[in-house]
Amino acid sequence: MSDHPSFKNSLMKCLFWVAALVAIIIPLMMMWDILNTGLARFSLGFLLSAPEDAGRSGGIGTLLVSTAWILAICMMVTLPLGVSCALYLSEFVQMNSAGARWTGYCLDILSGVPSIVFGLFGYLFFAQILGFGFSILSGGLTLACMVLPIFIRLTEQSLRSVPLSYRKAAVALNISLSGYIVKILLPAAAPGIIAGTIISIGRALAETAVLIFTAGYVTRMPTSVYDSGRTLSVHIYDMAMNVPGGTETASATALVLVIVLVGLNLIVRKFIQRWQYRYHQTHLI
Amino acid sequence: MRTSRATTLTLQLGAALVVLLLGLIFVFLVQKSLPFFMSEGLARPFTDSLWNPSGGQYNLVPMIAGSLLVTLGSVLLAAPMGIMVAIFARYYSPPMLAKFYIGVMELLSGIPSVVYGLWGLVYLVPVINRIAAPGASILAAILVLALMILPLVVLSVHASFEHVPAHWIKSAVALNLSRWGMISKIILPGAKKSIVAGITLQVGRALGETMAVLMVAGNIVQIPHSLFEPVRVLTANIAMEMGYATGTHMQALFVSGLIILLLTCGLVILVTRLKATQYE
Repeated sequence: MSDHPSFKNSLMKCLFWVAALVAIIIPLMMMWDILNTGLARFSLGFLLSAPEDAGRSGGIGTLLVSTAWILAICMMVTLPLGVSCALYLSEFVQMNSAGARWTGYCLDILSGVPSIVFGLFGYLFFAQILGFGFSILSGGLTLACMVLPIFIRLTEQSLRSVPLSYRKAAVALNISLSGYIVKILLPAAAPGIIAGTIISIGRALAETAVLIFTAGYVTRMPTSVYDSGRTLSVHIYDMAMNVPGGTETASATALVLVIVLVGLNLIVRKFIQRWQYRYHQTHLI
Repeated sequence: MRTSRATTLTLQLGAALVVLLLGLIFVFLVQKSLPFFMSEGLARPFTDSLWNPSGGQYNLVPMIAGSLLVTLGSVLLAAPMGIMVAIFARYYSPPMLAKFYIGVMELLSGIPSVVYGLWGLVYLVPVINRIAAPGASILAAILVLALMILPLVVLSVHASFEHVPAHWIKSAVALNLSRWGMISKIILPGAKKSIVAGITLQVGRALGETMAVLMVAGNIVQIPHSLFEPVRVLTANIAMEMGYATGTHMQALFVSGLIILLLTCGLVILVTRLKATQYE
């Protein structure tokens, strides 16, 4: 394809470069601002100590623990359910059968449901009807509902990209479906499933609206899953909106959260590279 | 393949739970909204004069207008920009730079919406405040939301260029078309449907976003008359008032949740239609 020296062609070229420049400068500015404000409060002590004076001083130690608990509950529910649904879609039903179409349709709609609606649902179902109250358990379960559709789609994709010859060989050897799944399919698809898991963890970490009225606001160290617990993202919101003078703490917490998310993203890339290397796939996400 | 009853049941259970989850969400939202419509009538959210739950008035119109305006503004801003960046990354930039761009966009798409909201609140709102008080405004919400969905638009448009058949591009090169000629006459028309589908999904994102908008929009219940006036959107209203709402007030919040759910569901169904007719 040639680059004609015509006026129109050159003009468009300029325009695209300008757009690209703007699209990268503003987000970088945002990151720079948060880094600058956040670093003022950031230290090792900040990571380990509990919040004091409504969060203006002290750290985020107890919040890291609550966040980890909520994530653990979320993933403990998401992994088994998600993998079994993904297996159903990729191994059990025909691609265009009614079962596959309806499940797929529900997944598409679920992944479009706004997080605040999941929050309403979790508040009603887990906190009130099941009686878990504002707790780490309610928060984790509601979060699981939210990340489930994303996790299932990613897992389904990685299961589908395992070569069909594996399945044919298993049929020829008269291996049972469960044996094929456990011994051959899941190990072969593992890098993709792990990548999907990490992506889901990232989504869960970034979520706020779901947790405000399911996991609650309490900053104490949680002692059981029935305690209320505040996650990092809820802390950022509360510090910025409800606590005068909380901006620095909010930025420092945002800094920690962004560093963790960037770290997760880099790990995912490693796994996807390995995955592509193994099966010469061109895309996973 | 040989299978046992236990395996079959486990797999079917996983799928059934997903369908059940969606069903439960609908059932609960409708069940909580119905008493409101029974006691107050269907028209109340649209005919009451103002939103004053403690006084028994439940006018949702300003919030619906706020949601629609903010969504429309942010998509109108992010869509053209995102398409341009995607075209840049695919057809103009050197390969290394393109890789860097897509990498950065992937990173940005994972940044939490509260972080965008925080930046908007601390840096953007004061800047707008210098132009016209109070700063927290529909404009701030549009800008923050546009910034937030831009990486998602770029990624989805960039991916949809992948589906343009390679021989179209080869033919364009053979015909000695200019670069912009090829993009405007062949690639954009060819990828049109999947670009539209991708952007429609982002409309849903913008409509359902809570935190970023809640933090910068000012949250005053009114129909805005200029870009610099504060506004409250449906999602922010739920997040702000759910903590203390009881009785009919709470039912009204579930009604607004149901409205958002139905709107976003409509968008998703639209997208699946678009995708289904994509390869004619």
